[in-house]
Amino acid sequence: MKYCVGIDLGSTTTKAVILGEEGRILGRGITNSRSNYKVACDVALSEALVDARFNLVLQGLDQSGLDETEAADALELLSLRFREQQYRSDLAAFTEAVRVLPEMKNAEAEFREAFDEVMSAVVGEASELFAPGASRRSDFFRDLLASRYHPMAEEVVRKGKVGFNRLVALFDKAILRVENLPPDPGRFAPYAKAALAAIPGSDPALVQAVTAAAGTEMEAVGSVGTGYGRATLPFPKEQIRSEILCHGLGAHAMYPRTRTVLDIGGQDTKAIQVDDEGIVTSFQMNDRCAAGCGRYLGYIADEMNLGVQELGPLACQSTRKVRINSTCTVFAGAELRERLSLGENREDILAGLHRAIVLRAMSLLARSGGVDSEFTFTGGVAKNPAAVEALHGLVKDNYGDMKINISPDSIYTGALGAALFARRGLLNQEKSAQEVVQ
Amino acid sequence: MKGFPGTPTEAPPAHKDDSQLRQKQMLADHYGRLARAGETGEKNVYTFVPGNLTELVRSFDLLPVLPEINALQSAMRGKSRDYIAAAEKAGHSEDVCTYVKCDLGMKKAGNVGPTGEPLPDPDLLLLSYTGCFTFMKWFEILKQEYDAPVAMLHVPYQADGMVTDSMRDYVVKQLRENVIPKLEAVSGKKYDEDRLRGMLAESAKAEDDLVWVLESARNRPSPIDAYFGGVYYIGPIFTAFRGTEDAVDYYRLLRNEVATRVERGLGPITPEGELGEERFRIVVEGPPNWTDFRAFWKMFADEGAVAVASTYTKVGGVYDNGFRHDPDHPLETLADYCMGCYTNLNLPSRVDMLTRYVKEYHADGVLVNSIKSCNSFSAGQLMMLREVESRTGRPAGFIESDLVDPRYFSHSNIKNRLESYFQMIAQKRSGAAV
Repeated sequence: MKYCVGIDLGSTTTKAVILGEEGRILGRGITNSRSNYKVACDVALSEALVDARFNLVLQGLDQSGLDETEAADALELLSLRFREQQYRSDLAAFTEAVRVLPEMKNAEAEFREAFDEVMSAVVGEASELFAPGASRRSDFFRDLLASRYHPMAEEVVRKGKVGFNRLVALFDKAILRVENLPPDPGRFAPYAKAALAAIPGSDPALVQAVTAAAGTEMEAVGSVGTGYGRATLPFPKEQIRSEILCHGLGAHAMYPRTRTVLDIGGQDTKAIQVDDEGIVTSFQMNDRCAAGCGRYLGYIADEMNLGVQELGPLACQSTRKVRINSTCTVFAGAELRERLSLGENREDILAGLHRAIVLRAMSLLARSGGVDSEFTFTGGVAKNPAAVEALHGLVKDNYGDMKINISPDSIYTGALGAALFARRGLLNQEKSAQEVVQ
Repeated sequence: MKGFPGTPTEAPPAHKDDSQLRQKQMLADHYGRLARAGETGEKNVYTFVPGNLTELVRSFDLLPVLPEINALQSAMRGKSRDYIAAAEKAGHSEDVCTYVKCDLGMKKAGNVGPTGEPLPDPDLLLLSYTGCFTFMKWFEILKQEYDAPVAMLHVPYQADGMVTDSMRDYVVKQLRENVIPKLEAVSGKKYDEDRLRGMLAESAKAEDDLVWVLESARNRPSPIDAYFGGVYYIGPIFTAFRGTEDAVDYYRLLRNEVATRVERGLGPITPEGELGEERFRIVVEGPPNWTDFRAFWKMFADEGAVAVASTYTKVGGVYDNGFRHDPDHPLETLADYCMGCYTNLNLPSRVDMLTRYVKEYHADGVLVNSIKSCNSFSAGQLMMLREVESRTGRPAGFIESDLVDPRYFSHSNIKNRLESYFQMIAQKRSGAAV
């Protein structure tokens, strides 16, 4: 199967979208960005390829005559067991990375045993973590492991004499090494096999669909990179596009009537105007300061000891408006602490913080030429219900009723645009080749 | 500044052509005269670039000193960061114009000019342009620092988009009654109108050649970069040399150089060498950033982008609308020049000028470099951008930086915006096919 890939290397996450020959989305992959950009891209792509194979499994199940609900359930179970295998394999790599650290090698037996105890507890709950309906702090290995390793370490420390900071230091060092290891490209088949083995009495149709999906050859025929880190992507210059163009085209592909796009990413906010073909006609981005971008929410989440995805739902429970003036990430932290000390409700303060971000975005939108229907909101922050609520209110107040599109896959908008550019590049090449032949 | 390719600290020596070397020598000679003023007894006048009265000043054998030019030269030499820090330490807010702070910091560091030689204290502070309110405050501070006499010329804004007779009379009256007597007092010489006329005639010759050079950018490829290269071309005429034979010679040399490039079909010379294929033709609004000037230029050059016209090169005065200094009406022509400088034009006139540039220079669009420090330039720029965009149908771009404060030049972000802008033009040009 031939595919074109678009990679969006953002400051927080790296996304990949792969398109088939007819332009259909075959799969999407995402990972946290890290110091080794190439590995981040490879991981995102490998995740997209895994996703594509899962989609092939689903197609196989559909063709086998299984009804839709049964097929979806079977796929979900398979996916969870697959993720568990992947998690276990990453845990093994992490343990190995710790063992070779000098501070581990030279440590006293008590410390080594303490680490083993932590890891044994972490490994011991792996199945539970990926049980149907179980909630996980994040799907990125770094965050997921951190959310389990740290509490386990605290427990072990409580029992013995080993210091917590030493155990955390092991985590910090080893996770960097593990994160920067290249992914294993051929991992789908063994993980899927192990996943099937972990589902007793698997439907033969599922086994057949998995075998077929695992055996499908995947061949990259075009690639385009975008995003903040695009200059460092392992692509030649002509295969690199600005994220402005990619977000414009991606939003157009998702919602063809889009005229204005707002993307709030980790470190920048983009207000983009596009025409009826998805061609960018004007844009504005924050230049001298990154106040009010996605990282703001990450920082607030850290300040409140919450996961970033927990903020929005909490803010939605607000009953009273609190005005937060500062969009400076650092000052907002101070304002947050002061408000808490004054006895303000946490949910109300959070709602105020979300509104502050969106107000900043409104100013960029105004500078780019305003908001025209349809208006498409993309980027990681578009997943946040409180930001979406604030945006709806402010757009209505300033521009009247408007159709606002938010796709559940909005985080992939830039990568989708990049993949579409890759496909266009390929089609143009083929066209010129045909012209030469004629 | 370290860490980015193309910054002066790491880059190979910049390519310079003969006219640039000539200009460098002119400036070195001028600063040399200023440095020796204590021994030779030559007197000087501190004054401003917009609408400057160079011929009048020089007709009294006074030497102009331009604090704005000193500030930008300091920035190009990597000294502005420390100068600004010194001014802030002395109590000037972070939000004050960075030209002012750079100048004040330079004074505190011993008033050593850009060539490494000391500058003399001012014999007169000639506040020649009041369109910028900061200028007034700047000279108030310099007056306190030096206890020098001040001559102030109030320049009416072209609110209705034109210079009326009463506006002209008002400026001429001030020249006669206030500026000239003060220049006489400082120089000990009588006002010599014939000498002034002679200098104004020289100015007009140099101005003809300058306009020819700027308009050469209508060629494809453009033989010049009218923004980055343009700041060199306007150097002599906007600073200390208008009305001198030196300036006439310089502009003739430059014109011949550019004419040769046109004949050979060559593009502009950049500090990194000859520009390759001309891919984008841009009109630029707003002053350049000086702290990362070369790196900034390289961001354009690397993408094959050439500035074919710019408004910054009209900051001292506008000539391409037909204005030339007129020796037959010496004070009136100085008044018109003063009131005609770019930042003294109202916003509709600035929109007209930008629109005309996009059309006449066959540009792909207008790019605004909005400067944190400069209200004279920045106020209204977004409105102007939208208006020019709608009148020309060409996409506009917007970036933000500062004059001489390196803290406000975010290299990777500006590069990112510029690349996006150029790609947007390319996409628009070829439709959905790319």
